Amino acid sequence: MGLAISFWILAVVCILAALGVVFLRNVFRAALSLILCFLMVAGLYITLSADFLAAVQILVYVGAISVLIILAIMMTREVQRGSPSNRLQIPAFIIAILFLEVLALALLNTPWQIATTPPLAPTTAALATKLFGEGGFILPVEIAAVLLLSAIIGAIVLAREK
Amino acid sequence: MTVGLEHYLILSAILFSIGLYGVLAKRNAVIILMCIELMLNAVNITLVAFSRYVVPALLTGQVFAIFVIVVAAAEVAVGLAIILAIYRGLEDIDVTKINLLKW
Repeated sequence: MGLAISFWILAVVCILAALGVVFLRNVFRAALSLILCFLMVAGLYITLSADFLAAVQILVYVGAISVLIILAIMMTREVQRGSPSNRLQIPAFIIAILFLEVLALALLNTPWQIATTPPLAPTTAALATKLFGEGGFILPVEIAAVLLLSAIIGAIVLAREK
Repeated sequence: MTVGLEHYLILSAILFSIGLYGVLAKRNAVIILMCIELMLNAVNITLVAFSRYVVPALLTGQVFAIFVIVVAAAEVAVGLAIILAIYRGLEDIDVTKINLLKW
């Protein structure tokens, strides 16, 4: 029961914050709304008993990515005239609504095979075994490291003064 | 009222659609990047919900979500660097005016 209540609160706040990202006039307020949405998603991970992922969400999204976005907003301050829409506002709205309807129809009419076993309670050790253990995801982990390194170098090269 | 897999899927579908609308309809490049982050978060919710309700003991969805977060971090770093470079060259981040590659 408590899980259901927390899910509904988190879901409603999350959707309102996401709408704020799109519809708020002020870019900085939209970024703050996005941070609120990230926090609510971390709460949703906790209701899904994904504790490690909730911590990662707060560290990476709320801690790092939001700081980067706010930094970019500050750096491009002189040109920002709010967050205007382009000419395709109404077609984009129709496309988004149609997409949502198709998705909702598809996933409500699919018979998902829900497992009855309870979820793992602390997931950190199990995730570590999954990532680094025998027959795990060690190759993707290495590739992710290379990707992060190249992204860092690429960002430095792009953003550097000539 | 118990919360099931469908609730999480519908929630993430709504979040994804909001992000899709923002990507298609906004002109500020930073806002577009923020909406892409919104869409990636929606996908992560879907992955974790499937992991929780379909294979609760395997955690495969959570591993995928970690990799999505890694790629999102790399994407936002490079994307914001590109926006800063464009701003330095064109003094503007309005994507309807960035049309140097348009023939």
